[in-house]
Amino acid sequence: MVAGSKVPLRLRVNGEEYEVLAPVHHTLLEVLREELDLTGTKHGCELGECGACAVLIDGQPQISCLILAVEAQGHEITTIEGLAQGSQPHPLQATFAALGAAQCGYCTPGFIITAKALLDHNPRPTRDEIREAISGNLCRCTGYVKIIDAIEQAAARLRGEAPAPVEVS
Amino acid sequence: MAIETPPATTPTIAPPEAPARPLPFDELRIVGHPLPKVDGLAKTLGQTKYADDLKLPRMAYGKLLRSPHQHARILSIDVSEAVALPGVLAIITGKDLPHKYGIMPVSQDEPALAIGKVRYVGEPVAAVAAIDEETAAEACRRIKVRYEPLPAYMTIEEALTKEGEPIQDYGDGRNIHKFVSYEFGDVEEGFREADYIREDLFFYQGNTHLPIEQHACVAYYAPDGKLTLWSSTQTPHYVHRELAAALDMPRSRIRVIATPVGGGFGGKSELFNHEVAACKLAMLCGRPVKIALTREEVFYCHRGRHPVLMKVKTGVKRDGTITAMHFQSYVDGGAYGSYGVASVYYTVTLNTIVQQIPRYKCEAVRVWTNKPPCGPKRGHGLPQPRYALEIHFDKIAHDLGLDVVDMKLRQAVRPFSRTVNYRRITSCALRECIEKVVEASGFRERHGKLPYGRGLGLAASAYMCGAGTAIYWNPMPHSSAMIKLDRGGGVALLQGATDIGQGSDSVMCYLAAEVLGVRVEDIQLLAADTDFTPIDLGSYSSRVTFMMGNAVVEAARKLRKILFEVVAERLGVPPERLTAANRRIFVRDDLTQFVPFDEAVQLAEARYGQLVAAGSYTPPKIYAPYKGSTVGPSPAYSYAACVAEVTCDPETGAVHVDKIWIAHDVGRAVNPLLVEGQVEGSVYMAIGEVLMEEQDFRRGLHKRPSLLDYKSPTAQEMPEIVTFLIENPDPEGPMGAKEAGQGPLLPVPPAVANAVFDAIGVRIDETPITPDKVLRALDNARAGKPARVGPERVPPVQFPPPIKPEVPPEWRHGIPRPEDYPDPASYTQYVGGSGL
Repeated sequence: MVAGSKVPLRLRVNGEEYEVLAPVHHTLLEVLREELDLTGTKHGCELGECGACAVLIDGQPQISCLILAVEAQGHEITTIEGLAQGSQPHPLQATFAALGAAQCGYCTPGFIITAKALLDHNPRPTRDEIREAISGNLCRCTGYVKIIDAIEQAAARLRGEAPAPVEVS
Repeated sequence: MAIETPPATTPTIAPPEAPARPLPFDELRIVGHPLPKVDGLAKTLGQTKYADDLKLPRMAYGKLLRSPHQHARILSIDVSEAVALPGVLAIITGKDLPHKYGIMPVSQDEPALAIGKVRYVGEPVAAVAAIDEETAAEACRRIKVRYEPLPAYMTIEEALTKEGEPIQDYGDGRNIHKFVSYEFGDVEEGFREADYIREDLFFYQGNTHLPIEQHACVAYYAPDGKLTLWSSTQTPHYVHRELAAALDMPRSRIRVIATPVGGGFGGKSELFNHEVAACKLAMLCGRPVKIALTREEVFYCHRGRHPVLMKVKTGVKRDGTITAMHFQSYVDGGAYGSYGVASVYYTVTLNTIVQQIPRYKCEAVRVWTNKPPCGPKRGHGLPQPRYALEIHFDKIAHDLGLDVVDMKLRQAVRPFSRTVNYRRITSCALRECIEKVVEASGFRERHGKLPYGRGLGLAASAYMCGAGTAIYWNPMPHSSAMIKLDRGGGVALLQGATDIGQGSDSVMCYLAAEVLGVRVEDIQLLAADTDFTPIDLGSYSSRVTFMMGNAVVEAARKLRKILFEVVAERLGVPPERLTAANRRIFVRDDLTQFVPFDEAVQLAEARYGQLVAAGSYTPPKIYAPYKGSTVGPSPAYSYAACVAEVTCDPETGAVHVDKIWIAHDVGRAVNPLLVEGQVEGSVYMAIGEVLMEEQDFRRGLHKRPSLLDYKSPTAQEMPEIVTFLIENPDPEGPMGAKEAGQGPLLPVPPAVANAVFDAIGVRIDETPITPDKVLRALDNARAGKPARVGPERVPPVQFPPPIKPEVPPEWRHGIPRPEDYPDPASYTQYVGGSGL
C-alpha cells in the first residue's frame, strides 16, 4: 500500500455511523468486511455476477463489489447483520433456516437481502416473481427450490397470514 | 487422549452386536422429521465464520504467482525486486518446498510451487506474504521468471501423438497416467448369444464445482512450534496427512481445522498449493498468513469433472436382456494425478450396479494433458458413463421397438445380489424408483406421443454410500465419534466429519439426540478438528451419513446402555422396558415412571465416573478376487430414477427443462427436508452440466474463468422438481439411512438427453446440450446424415491385455436366477457398524 492513499470515510450502516480510513479505490464490500468487520456480506466473484455481496442501499439491493465505499457515503446501507431486531431474526432469516434454504450458507445473506427488497415493495409475490427477483443471485447447493419456498413463507408471515405448512413427501 | 481409558469401576463397553434391528419409524422422535439445521440460523444471520472471515492479530496476506505457460521449463526466478518492496515479509519458490505430495499414495506428483517446470497455465511458481493483499500482489508482479516453453498437449490425441518432452515422468506409458483393463466372463461368447448388438460413442465434457466460496485459508505458526491451518476443506484429515508430507513435519505438530465450507462438491478434497504456501509463509514470517483465492484462481485449481470420451458396445436379446458389454473410457486428466487413479476406475467399475450385465469387458485410460488437474466432482467418475449407458439403452429400446420402462425393469439389478465384477448389492429400491417416476410423470401414456418439440426421457442410476476402502490402505476405522455427557444434561459430541452444506453437523446431532433421548439443542458439537475430534476421512464419496452416522450411533448406544442400566435399577424395571425421549428415560408402557436425563447422567456418573464413549465405523470387507477391486465397493448403494420433460425449439436449438420427476432410494431419510434439498441440489447441478457448463481451454487458457462467462443455472432456468424419497431401510445404514448428496445427480443428464430425442428426434451424444449442437443435429438429419451430434472416433490407444478374474459362480452361465445368489454374508466380513 502506498503511504497516504487512504481516505477518511463516513458510512451509515445498519443505522450506525462509522468513521474509518480506507484506500480510496476499495469497494464497499471490502470496507464492510475489512474495516467494519461486517463479514456476513460475502465475496464470491469480483464481477457483480453472483450476488453474494448484495446489500441494501436506501432500500435497494446493490452489488457491493461494484460500488466504491466512497460512493456509498451519505446513503443508508443495510447488511445481513442489520435485519434482525435484537435477537429476533427477520422472518426471512427464520424461514430460510427452518426450511433448509441455507445449505452451505455462503450465498444466503445475498439472497435474503435481495428477497427483503422484493418483499418490501411486493408483499405478495408469485413464485415467478420471486424467481425473477433472485435471478441475479447464484446458489450452487439448493437448486433454488427451498429458497423460493422460504421467501414465499416469509412473505406470508410478514403479511400476518398463517405460514404455509412444510411439505414433506 | 483420556478417552476410553475409564476408571476401574467402569463396565467394559462392548461393541453392540451388528446388524441390529432398525427402530420402527413410529418410535423415532427426531430422525425422519423435517427439523431445521443446527447451523441454519447462524448462516441466515450472517454470523457463520468462513475461512475468509477469519482475522487474527498481525495477520499477513499471501498471494501466489502463477504460470502463464501451459508447459515450460523454469530457467530462473529472480525475486530481488520483490524483496525490496516495502511491506513484503517473505517470498518462497519451489526450492523452499522440495517435497511433493498427492492425495493418492501412487500419485505423489505435485509440488506446492513448481519445481523445474510448469505443467499448466495457473500453476503456482512463487508465493509472497506481505502486510496487505495489494502489496503481495505487487510483489508477485515484480518477480521475474524466465521460462523455456515446451510442447504443450491440450487433448488426449495430442498427448498420445505429438512429439516432445512428456508432461510427467511416471505412469503407465508416455503421457499415460493409468491404464485399467478387465474382462469378466467371455464377452465374445456373450456377443455371439446376442440377437442385437449396438455400438455408440459419447463425450462428457469437463466442468467444475463452482462453489460460491472461493478457497481460503489462514495459517498460524505458534511459538511452541505448532502449526494450525484453518481452511475451507472437505477433508481435514487428508490435508493433515499431505501437509505433513509437503512440509516434512510430524503430524503431531500440525492441526487442521475445517472452517464451515461455502460449497465443496468435491472441489476442496485434497491439499492445495495455497494451503502449503500459507503454512510455509507463516512459519517464515512469524505471523498468521491468510490466502484467499480469486474466482479466476479457483477455476485454475479445478480438480473437477474429467472430460471423458466413451465407446460402448452391448449385445442384447430381443427383449433387451443384456448378454455382454464392452466399455471403453478415455479420460483427460490434466497435468497432475489428484484423485485420477480412482476417477479412471470409477468410469468403468460401477457400470454393473444398475443393469444386470453377465459379461463385462472394460478398458480405461487416464492421459496427462497440460491443463489444471481434474479430480472428483459430485458423482465422481460416474456421471460420464451413466450418461453414455442410459442413452445407449434408450437407443437400444428404440431400435428394438421395446417399451423402455419394461426393458429397464427387466434389466435392473436385484436387491441382495452381487454383480459379475463382485460388487455386493444389498438394499436396492431401483425398481420402485423407476415405477414411481414413470407413474407420476405419466411416462407410459405420454412418452413418444407429445407434440413435436416436447419430449420425455427416463434414466436410472446408482451411487456409493462411501468408498469401502480408504484412499491410503489401512485397517483402521473410517469414522469415529466421541460423546461426553455432562451432569447438567448437556451432550458433547466430538466427530471429525466436515459440514460442507450437506448438513452433516445436523445429521450427527439428530442421531445422537435420537439415541440418547435428548433434544437436538442439548448437543454441543465439535467437528472437523484434527487435534480434538476423532477421525473422519472426509466429506467425499457420500460417506458421511453412512459411516460417521454409524460411529455416532454406536457411541450414543454405549452411553444409552449405561444410562438405562442405572435408571432400570432406580425404577425397579428391566432395562428392556425403557426408552428415551425428550430428556427423559421412561418405561415404554408407563409414561409416569421416568428419570430425567440429567438425573440419569448423575446416577451413572456417581457410579462410573466421567461418562465418555467412542464409536467407530469400519466398512465391511467385501470379497473380490482381483487386483484393483478396491475401487468401487461400498457398504451400500443408493438408487435413483428420473423422468425429464423438455421443450426444444427447432428454430433456435434451445432446450428448456420443464419438469423433473426424481425418486431417490435413500434407505431412510434422517431429515426428509435436508434429503430433499440434496436431491434438488443434485438435479440443479446436473441441469447445469447437461445444458451449459464447460471447463474448456484455448491455448492453455481457460475460456471462461469467471461467473459471468462460465454459465450456470439461475433460478430462471430451474424447472419444477417433484421429489420422491423411497424409504427402504438399509440393514447396515445408521437407522437404515443411505446417501443422498451425489446419487440423484446421475440420472438427470441422460434423462434430459433422452427427452430431447423424444422431442425432436435427434441424439446429442455429448454434453453440454447447447443450441448449436441441437441445430447441427437437425441439419444432419435434413442432410440425410445420422441425426446426431457426438464424437466420431476414439484416440489411438493400445490397451494392455485385460485381467480376467474368474466370475462369481452364480454368473458362470449368464444372468443368475434370484435363488442362485449366495447369502451376502458369505462374501462379507463385518468389521464394525451398528444399526439401532
